[in-house]
Amino acid sequence: MIKLKKFGMYLFLCIVSFISVFPLYWMVSAATNKSAEVISGRLVPGTYFMENLNNLLATQNVGRAFGNSFKYAAILTLVSLVVCSLAGYGFEIYHDRGKDLVMNIILLAMMVPFVATMIPLFQMVSKFGWLNTTIGFILPTVSTPFLIMMFRQSARSFPHDIMEAARIDGLSEIRIFFQMFMPTMRSTYAAAMTITFMNAWNSYLWPKVIMTDTTSQTMPMVVANLTEGYVTDYGMLMLAVLICTLPTAIVFFCLQNAFAEGITGAVK
Amino acid sequence: MSKPKKMTLSRKHNLTGWAFLAPGALLILVMSFIPMIRALLLSFQTGVGANMKPCGILNYTRMFQDKVFLQSVKNTFFYLIIQVPIMLIFALILASILNNKDLKFKGLFRTMIFLPCATSLVAYAIIFRSLFANNGLVNLLFVKLGILDQPYAFLTNTFSARIVIIIALLWRWTGYNMVFYLSGLQNIEYSIYEAAKIDGASAVQTFFRITVPLLKPTILLTAIMSTNGTLQLFDESVNLTNGGPANTSITMSHYIYDMSFKYVPNFGYSAAMSFFILILVAILAFLQMKVGDKRD
Repeated sequence: MIKLKKFGMYLFLCIVSFISVFPLYWMVSAATNKSAEVISGRLVPGTYFMENLNNLLATQNVGRAFGNSFKYAAILTLVSLVVCSLAGYGFEIYHDRGKDLVMNIILLAMMVPFVATMIPLFQMVSKFGWLNTTIGFILPTVSTPFLIMMFRQSARSFPHDIMEAARIDGLSEIRIFFQMFMPTMRSTYAAAMTITFMNAWNSYLWPKVIMTDTTSQTMPMVVANLTEGYVTDYGMLMLAVLICTLPTAIVFFCLQNAFAEGITGAVK
Repeated sequence: MSKPKKMTLSRKHNLTGWAFLAPGALLILVMSFIPMIRALLLSFQTGVGANMKPCGILNYTRMFQDKVFLQSVKNTFFYLIIQVPIMLIFALILASILNNKDLKFKGLFRTMIFLPCATSLVAYAIIFRSLFANNGLVNLLFVKLGILDQPYAFLTNTFSARIVIIIALLWRWTGYNMVFYLSGLQNIEYSIYEAAKIDGASAVQTFFRITVPLLKPTILLTAIMSTNGTLQLFDESVNLTNGGPANTSITMSHYIYDMSFKYVPNFGYSAAMSFFILILVAILAFLQMKVGDKRD
């Protein structure tokens, strides 16, 4: 009876795992096959990868889109980590009634849906001439309540004695932050980095609104463009999807624990 | 002598704190709260481009007569009511199985179930669109197995199009929520489970009597997050079904986008609809928190 139960449990996990992995396996296999073979149901990787790649490069400027996405996501992540960790640190280390109140107001911003601010944001960005620019891309999400809260939580474990000792040694407040807080909180930064990079790379609605010029389009936008039209070349399409997934998949496999900590980070 | 000096020191300390948090706090003020207020003001105006004039609550009354908007509200709630509970229950079950100390290949199972989170929203929407296309793998399989006589147009029939969106959402987000529960379960002493086992509690009893009550704060959090996310669904609606057929699977955010940037821009009306979502998010979060509190 117990054995049967155990077997059932493993079977269940295997089925769920299979369903989770299969669509991604299918994507990789389709990216290496001819469209006609994909349609006929071929499920093993083929030899049509280079042809798909050439077709894709002839249809869309994937290199440029990939570069754009990478540039936007990298700059957003960098700036966001600095701004939010400074804020989280400020809220925790120097906390008093006024700052706690501001923190609570900031948390309310978590509940504001993006569509509710999208139109005024678009008007503002276009008024300042920031359409099709990195600054336009990063502004709405460079400071998030989620990250501020996450760094505020981690600052709670930053030992006060060390700070006092550093102050007595004559270290300025900002240098304590950069030379002592940042290196000790490496794991929080790693978690924050994965989640911010993934969100930035995957973002679709905001770039679709402000990247009106084809030369500044992002990778998800270009992939979505490929589905327009009546006949779909599945081999080429899945290759594009694969390229779009690659950076986030790499982050996922290299930093899975940091990523898991990143999404649950502010909760603890 | 010492008193004033102490005051200036603590004042300096206080100001340093504000300096640290100012950039982050100001950015949220300028990028979240001010746009929100401007959207509210905009929702009482009508016109094209910069030629806006006040129109009272016209946008709001129009909203409730707009068939496509009402359809998009219905669709969004359909996704919310069906997908979110299934996903959370499933994630909870998976997490409690994976929390079992005796389980082998735990890390491998976790990685595989978590893996869909590594795909971008546009990417997975397109994968599912291809799998469920008329000439896609699902149809091929169903026809070969004799379940269907001929390919079924999953994406161009209203009901099946909505179901495909739900299946895709379940695939993408179940592992994500499971990770929350796994991290929550790590805070529960494993000895509680062992004690329950010795006392002869069944797996189902343990699940309902120990796991669910102790994870309640996490469950509440994931419920609020999923509700918030579902009310803002956009990428899937655009890339999986393109809102079709005839707008019957369109979500609220997708319709607002179309209204603002695809058709003749009507920012006033779009702002009114987006404010409606804001109010929905607030009400649902409030209700969930109330329900979450009561069960104590």
